[in-house]
Amino acid sequence: MITNAQKKSQIKVITGNAAAAIAAKLARPDVVAAYPITPQTEIIEQISQFHANGEMDCELITVEGENSAMNAVMAASLAGGRVFTATSSWGLVFMYDAVLATAGARAPVVMVNVNRETPGIIAVSSGQQDMISTRDAGWIFLIAEDCQEVLDLVLQAYRLAEDYDIQVPVMVHYDGFYLSYLSEGVDVPFQEDVDKFLSVLKTQPERTKLVPGGKLGCGSHGILGGYLELRYKHVSAMERAKAKFEQIDKEYEEIFGRSYGGLVEEYRMDDADVVLVGSGSMCGTIKAVIDEKREAGVKVGLLKMRMYRPFPSEAMIKALKGKKAIGVVDRSLCFGFKGGPIYTELKAFETQLGGSKMISFIDGIANTDITKINVATMIDTTCDLAAGKDVREVTWVSYPEAQEDGGL
Amino acid sequence: MSSNKYFKHEGPWSDANDPLMCSDTGDWRTKRPVVDKDKCIFCGFCAIYCPIQIMEMVEESHFSPDLDFCKGCGICAKECPKNAISMMPEGDFKK
Repeated sequence: MITNAQKKSQIKVITGNAAAAIAAKLARPDVVAAYPITPQTEIIEQISQFHANGEMDCELITVEGENSAMNAVMAASLAGGRVFTATSSWGLVFMYDAVLATAGARAPVVMVNVNRETPGIIAVSSGQQDMISTRDAGWIFLIAEDCQEVLDLVLQAYRLAEDYDIQVPVMVHYDGFYLSYLSEGVDVPFQEDVDKFLSVLKTQPERTKLVPGGKLGCGSHGILGGYLELRYKHVSAMERAKAKFEQIDKEYEEIFGRSYGGLVEEYRMDDADVVLVGSGSMCGTIKAVIDEKREAGVKVGLLKMRMYRPFPSEAMIKALKGKKAIGVVDRSLCFGFKGGPIYTELKAFETQLGGSKMISFIDGIANTDITKINVATMIDTTCDLAAGKDVREVTWVSYPEAQEDGGL
Repeated sequence: MSSNKYFKHEGPWSDANDPLMCSDTGDWRTKRPVVDKDKCIFCGFCAIYCPIQIMEMVEESHFSPDLDFCKGCGICAKECPKNAISMMPEGDFKK
């Protein structure tokens, strides 16, 4: 992250949830509809407070469940409004049909999903499984590393979702229980700067919207060729989103003085021989361990994914090409595959990586800490792979029992 | 940019043509709502509850269904606080 000394904000010590709520407030949405769920509840509490204080001039719909929340914001978005909602885990699953419909309708909804383990086993704990289980919904997925990035990404998400060339809903993800409740110093921008950043959208053509009495409907038709046309347009828009997000990141830096490098953030990658690929809050720990390993002479770097959908394959290939070994850290599972989801997807581009070897690490599931010791183990194992040693393909770092009986 | 053969818009927006806007969905109906003008207190419950929004105001005194579109679900009759709406078999009405 590049930080510019020029002060255009005030620093507040707030949680990730508060950062998300403040970002939503700064974006001036017309409609907010949300239902509380651990670990997202604080966002809704804060927005309710802003609304009650008169700080937020929006329609706040306190719906009876997540399904209604997504349907409400989708409808409001189709009517031309700027909308916000937030959920987590079971809530995301309960609104799943509406999540798909929102993407299909190309409604530029911005929502926050505070990552938590997903139904299957009752788990009130952190993990990216809810994000992974929703990855093919047709939304753009962004992942934050810290509370500052939560705020920045929500603001950037509005520029991306509502851009006339994109018009795809955006979900901002961050690790529940870690970032949701962790208080950090956050540069909160001033309203006029946020207005300036978002004002670009007003210069664009107006998107199609529902008008009372108008003979125009959305989502009422789509068969055969029409379905193909819409799906192709959607896939094309997802591809365009990559370059658009890079551009938004640059414009954000010009106004707020912070840049993360766009689709991926590269940390000490230039001369690195081995690389860990990670996403979310684990990256802070990984950076700290990389600094220690560097002092010991190990040439290791981190590639942090900021965008997960669309999959930033070009940016990742560019950053990873020619590295000796790559360890992909997944905080979720890909049932039916041995390795983690991001590992499995990156594996599809293995032939374009110039001979880099790859291994998968599963860690951080259900609140197991990705400790510095764990990260050191991952780096050592990846170094062993680079040195040509025999290393197993998949390692469950916090669950050695997985390796005892031969492993995967 | 992809083609706009089926949809003129980026999203799945369809322009309804005029024949579609006046297609006679009312012929699905087996019972029709009949409003007793004397009992109607003009509360508007029937208009609010009507799932396809076909209850029309008549001279600000009572409501009357648009029979081109009314499917005869009977929700208006059920919700009317004055029992001013009764559902009558279509066979009773000669075309």
